This record gives sequence, C-alpha cells and structure tokens, in this order.
Amino acid sequence: MTVHPDIPRETVTGILARSFRNGAFVAGFVITILVLATAIVSYFWTPYDVTRLVISDKIQAPSAAHWFGTDHFGRDILSMIMVGARNSIAVALIAVGIGMGIGVPLGAFAAARGGLVDEVLMRINDLVFAFPALLSAIMITAIFGPGAVNAIIAIGIFNIPVFARVARAGALAIWPREFILAARAAGKTSTQITVEHVLPNIATLLLVQGTIQFALAILAEAGLSYLGLGAQPPLPSWGRMLFDAQTRMVVAPWMAIFPGMAIVISVLGLNLLGDGIADILDPKSRRRR
Amino acid sequence: MSLLEIKNLSLSIGDAPILREVELSVASGEVVGLVGESGSGKSMTALTLMRLLPYAARATGRVTFDGIDILAAREDQMCALRGADIGMVFQEPMTALNPVKTIGEQVAEGIRWHTKVTRAEAEERARKMLDRVGLPEAEFPLSRYPHQLSGGQRQRVVIAIACALKPKLLIADEPTTALDVVLQAQILDLLRDLVAESRMGLLLISHDLAVVTEMADRITILRHGEVMESGDTARTLSEQLHPYTRQLAQASMHVPERARPHGGAAGQPLLQVDGVTRDYPGRRVSLFSRAPDTRAVDNVSLSMAPGQSVALVGRSGCGKSTLARMILALDRPSSGTIRFRGETITGKRQAELKPVRRDMQVVFQDPYGSFDPRQKVERLVAEPLHVLDKKLSRAERREMVAHALHEVGLDQRDLDKYPHEFSGGQRQRLSIARAIITRPKLIVADEPVSALDVSIRAQILDLFAELNRRHGIAYLFITHDLTVARAISDEVLVMHCGKIVERGKTSEVLGHPRSDAARALVAAAPDLRVAIARRLREQG
Repeated sequence: MTVHPDIPRETVTGILARSFRNGAFVAGFVITILVLATAIVSYFWTPYDVTRLVISDKIQAPSAAHWFGTDHFGRDILSMIMVGARNSIAVALIAVGIGMGIGVPLGAFAAARGGLVDEVLMRINDLVFAFPALLSAIMITAIFGPGAVNAIIAIGIFNIPVFARVARAGALAIWPREFILAARAAGKTSTQITVEHVLPNIATLLLVQGTIQFALAILAEAGLSYLGLGAQPPLPSWGRMLFDAQTRMVVAPWMAIFPGMAIVISVLGLNLLGDGIADILDPKSRRRR
Repeated sequence: MSLLEIKNLSLSIGDAPILREVELSVASGEVVGLVGESGSGKSMTALTLMRLLPYAARATGRVTFDGIDILAAREDQMCALRGADIGMVFQEPMTALNPVKTIGEQVAEGIRWHTKVTRAEAEERARKMLDRVGLPEAEFPLSRYPHQLSGGQRQRVVIAIACALKPKLLIADEPTTALDVVLQAQILDLLRDLVAESRMGLLLISHDLAVVTEMADRITILRHGEVMESGDTARTLSEQLHPYTRQLAQASMHVPERARPHGGAAGQPLLQVDGVTRDYPGRRVSLFSRAPDTRAVDNVSLSMAPGQSVALVGRSGCGKSTLARMILALDRPSSGTIRFRGETITGKRQAELKPVRRDMQVVFQDPYGSFDPRQKVERLVAEPLHVLDKKLSRAERREMVAHALHEVGLDQRDLDKYPHEFSGGQRQRLSIARAIITRPKLIVADEPVSALDVSIRAQILDLFAELNRRHGIAYLFITHDLTVARAISDEVLVMHCGKIVERGKTSEVLGHPRSDAARALVAAAPDLRVAIARRLREQG
C-alpha cells in the first residue's frame, strides 16, 4: 500500500560488506590509500634526499637507480613525487577542512533561520562563487605573498560557498519532515535540532561532496604551484615539477609524465571514492543494484 | 468467459514469497474489490496484471486477459495492452502526474501513442475525456499544469488518462486513500459511472472495507498473499463466515470502551482558544504588490476541559492542521489568544514555553516520517524529556523511556532499535510513547490512525482510550475520518473554510448534522454497517 520513504538504517558491517562489492569504491579506496601511504612514508624515508642537488646526475632517464629518472638539478623524481604528495594532501585537506568548517555551519544556519538571513547569506555566497576561483587565489597570493599557507587560505575560501550550498540544500530537505516538527513540539531550539537531527541526516551528502572537493583542491594546489604561488622551493610540489618539466618536454619527457600521472591518479582515485560512497549511501542506487 | 482470469498465481521476489495461489476473476461491467491490509500483496497483484513487476520477481500460474496469456506475452504485446486495454489509477495523485507537462499533454499522450492519431485529434479526445471526468474546459483548459490543481482534481486527471482509450479493465489501486471523504465519494461516483457507461471491468484495490462494500459486486480478501475468502460482497460481509473476514469487519467498526465523559464544567478549562485568526501572506505578483492574504483560520474560538476528548473534523484544506499547529505553539496566530491552563501561550518565546510543552504533546499522522531514521528508540522517545526542570541521569532517562514503552505495549528490548525495525502500528505506539513520557495533560493528535490498517487502527484507538482512562489525558483529535471521531470523542467541532461551523456532542452532531459542511461530511463518510445493509436491500 504505502511505500515508506525512509532509508533503512544498516549495520556498519553491512555497509562495509556492500562497499567492497562496489567496484568504483574499491578502486578509489585502494588508490587513495596508496597516495596517502606514499605521503606518510615520505616523512620517514625517501630513496634520495630531495634537497640535495647532484648536478652530475642531471636529467637521467628512468633506470634501476632512479626509477622515475632525475630532473635538471639531478634530484630523484620518485623522491620528489613522494614529498610532493605530502604537500598536496596537506594543502587540500586543510583547505577542505576550512571550507567545511565554515561553510556547513553557515548553510545549516541559513536553512534553519530562513527569510532575510537566508537570503543575505546566500547572496554573499553567490558573490564569492561569481569570482573565478583560481584568479582570486592568484590575487590573494599576490597580495600576501606566495607560500603553502596562503595557498591553503585561498583554496579554503573558495570551498566555503560550495559546502554552504550543499549543507543548505540538504538541510532544507530535512526541515519540513515530520520528525523535525515533533522535535519542535518537544521544545527543542533550532540549534539543538540542527545538531541532533539535521546534520546527522545530511552527513553522507557532505562526505561525498568532501571527497570531490578534496580532488578539486589537489588540482587547485597543483595549479597554484605551477604558477609559482604554492609551496616554495626547495620544497617540491607536483605543479612546480610540471612547470620545470615544461621547457624540457622533448629531452626529458619523464620529468612531466610522472608528476602528471601522480596528479591524475590521485584525483581519479578520490573521484572514484566519492562516486562509490554516493552509490553506496544513496538509497535509490541501492534499489537499482 | 471472464475478462480477466487469474488462476493459481504465485509470486516471489528473491526468496520471499509474496503471493500464493491467488485466484481472481473480473467480468466486463463488474466491480471486484480486492481487500487486504498492508503487505498482503494487493498492489503486487495489480502490478502482475500489468507485468510491471520488479526485476527480481518471478510469477507462476496463469493470468488470462481477454484471451491473452499475460505472463507469457511479449513486452511489445504488453505495451499495446497497457494504457489501452488495461488502465491503471494510482493512490497518490500528487506524484502520479508529471509536474512539467500540462494535463492536456498527459491525457493526449496515451491516445497518440496507442491510436496514432494526429495531435489535434488526440487533444480533442483528451478534452472530451476531461469534460467527462468533471473538469470542464472553462475552468480547466488543457494547458493547466498539475500543480494548479487540487488533489481531487488531479485524481480526476489520472482517471481521465486511465480511461481515455476506453479500457476493458481498469485497475484502481487505493484510488481515494489520499483524499478526504467528500472527494472520496465524488471519485467513487465517477468510477461507478464510468464502469456503467462503457461496461468496463473494475478491479478496486483498497484497505477500506466500507469503500469496497459500497462499490464492489464481488469481493476477494487477501492476507499474507493468500486469498482468505471471496464471493458476493453483501453475502460475504453479512455472513462473515471466515474468521479473518469477521476480524476485519469488526476492526473497521471498532469503538473502544471508554469511561463516561469527564464532567466538562468543573473548574478551569484546560485549553482556551479565543478569536484566533491566521493569515498567510499572498504570493508576490509583482515587485510592489502581493495577491490578497489567504485566511487559513478565521476567528476560531473553542475551549476544552481537562480529560475531555474532542474531535476537530473537516475536509482537507479547511485549516484544522493550521489551528493545531497554533495550539502547539509551532505557528503564531495573526490575531487572537490561546490560553493553556489559564496561561497565555501566544507570543511567548521558546524558553518560556517549556512548562507548557511538558503538559502538551503531539502525535502525528505519518508513523514513518515522524522519527529521525538515524536515532535509536531510547533517544527518540526521550526527546521531550529535556523540557523537565530536573536534569536526568542516563539511567533515570532509560528507566522513564522503558516505562513509557511498557505503557504503550512495547517491549523494553525495543530501546536500542532503530525506527525502521518497527511496523507502522508499532511506530505509532512509539509516537504515543514519546507524547506521554512527560505525563502531559493534553495530546494533540493529527490524523493519528489514518495511515494505519484497520486492525492496527482499532488497537491504537483502544490505547488512546486506555491512556485517557488511566491518566486523564485530554485529546484533541484532528481528523477527516468520522469513524474515528465517532469512536473516540465526546465532542465534535466541524471546521469548514477556516471557521468552526458546528459544535456539540459527538452523537448529536454526527447523527443529526445541521450545517451544510457537517451534512456533506456525514453523507460522504463510508460506513460499513450502512453499506452492507444497503447492498442486502438492493439484492432483496
């Protein structure tokens, strides 16, 4: 007769079991873990020291000694990619953290209050959205000087409206539900309702958006450091490595191929992970499978 | 030979058996009622006839429609049947229409697809069909969109789509469940006329015995996917030979035992509503002007004594839910005052309302939507406890929740379950547990049983009556279902277009309604006893 709209809640083991039958999730999960592991390992060990320049070894093709070859200063590319992963992930993680930390409360607040408050907040949001993110990031780093910290702030600011929008849209769908009315009738304030009922119900939505933004932040960081506005030498970064490789593409293609692959693979992994999580948690896709 | 003949139909989805050896037949011009509680397989039977089953479903047996073996037919044969020879009307008129297409397009769509006529011709036939179902051109041109129509009007459009090609068989799956009683009566009349006009067979699926008795020549009662009893409607229901038939019939007419109505006059009234009005601002039609305000509740006054049970009845959209929200202080009146235990609650801030909230709780209609799916029963039922002055320890809280669960007939072990682990009836018990946990003096119940099966409905009504007896809780029932009002209330208020048009003792108002609105409600409300009597009389 009536089909109830609720998502049946599952046990954690049930979700895990189903997750590992989802191809996209498994692939994304494995790649992401690999990238993370690379970054962590780089803290303890890299094949070569990335700050030591060995000019005699410059621009060597991949070999047993240097798996990914060396660059124009004789640094080992594999080591640089490992250390660069650390940098990319740190920047992306903190930037997404800033976006979520400010954007989600803002969106949830706008949805809870509604009316003029909502309108004003969302229009400010639109304003931030209207600036081309990379261009404004360049502006910010141009004013405050290049560096990893300023890159984080620049990318973080442009993550705020994304999360604010997603949180608001999700919360707006939860607010008219009857259990919210029941909570209001029980005398709960809108802050309590937001924390206890709204946020847990939109958490999955935010998680999916989070992985996508994480991938985008890695790309943005690579873009900024390519322009010389991200992490500064001697600290290696993927974007910087691509910039250095640009003029030597013909003589030393490995200098471009490997950092390029590192970016592509980590972004691909995160996107697959996001798709996978969305598939697993979306009740509609669950029915389809 | 029958138009539709189902023999020995069994159906399973995955490993779960859904239908077992169902037998059913519908002849031309005949109305057959298929009755059962939720999960009995009624809708699955309908979907089998249309071959619209989910992928994992496997059907065995024999279904013959007009000489065609449905279960063996090719998909293209089925496509030719669906919408042309077999029409279907769904339960939920709000979602059965495509919101971005006009009603004209939607009615003409099937005509064009099946008969390959030109667009102009199809639209002309769509026009005729809409006229036939009571949507005349002057008010309802083909260019209307579904959102511009009310629920009853949309259901008429759905019926127009289903009947546009004069199908031989119409399947109506709970066609009136989402509508109020007056609309229900109109839609049933329309279906009856359409059947008589074109000698259609009608398979009417419903959980409501009274509706089926009024409509159907023959009835089939389904339970857990098996046919319990089938035969002539009047005889089946008057003799009630099968125990399940008897159980269903009795549950539909169930009146819980209640204590004598509490003396209303004694002392201070519990709730006093004085001249309350609620206006909603009209839509902005341009930058500087708005459409006139909509008055949802118009100068309503009422008063309730402690322990009294009052039913607020009216058609959908009459403002009864708005009034309830204002009483619960979830919405502010535009003017007028509401006093609870002599204390004015209008215009107070949330923090000041805490003592009032403790004594006034709510039960909602939808037992599925009124719980956060991500919390466990313990937290859900304990939700109102934070209005108590005292801070409770975890153990005390758990104790109180367990006690409340016990009072509504649930088990202590249910504390750590999630809402989806309960059936609809059990969830409604949970809502009641949540409402009584603070020992309130008044419970406002908005259609508390209309989403429930009849046997569950009887149990929940009993529970309400028992809590009233034991704790002296007063109820304000908001309902469009007069059976509920009759069963559980001392007094009835009839609401129409935002105003209370009639009030008085339940038996008097519902027995001898004086206002037009009340008369319309009483006349339209299906009553099983009356329906059976009429059937028997007609057959002599």
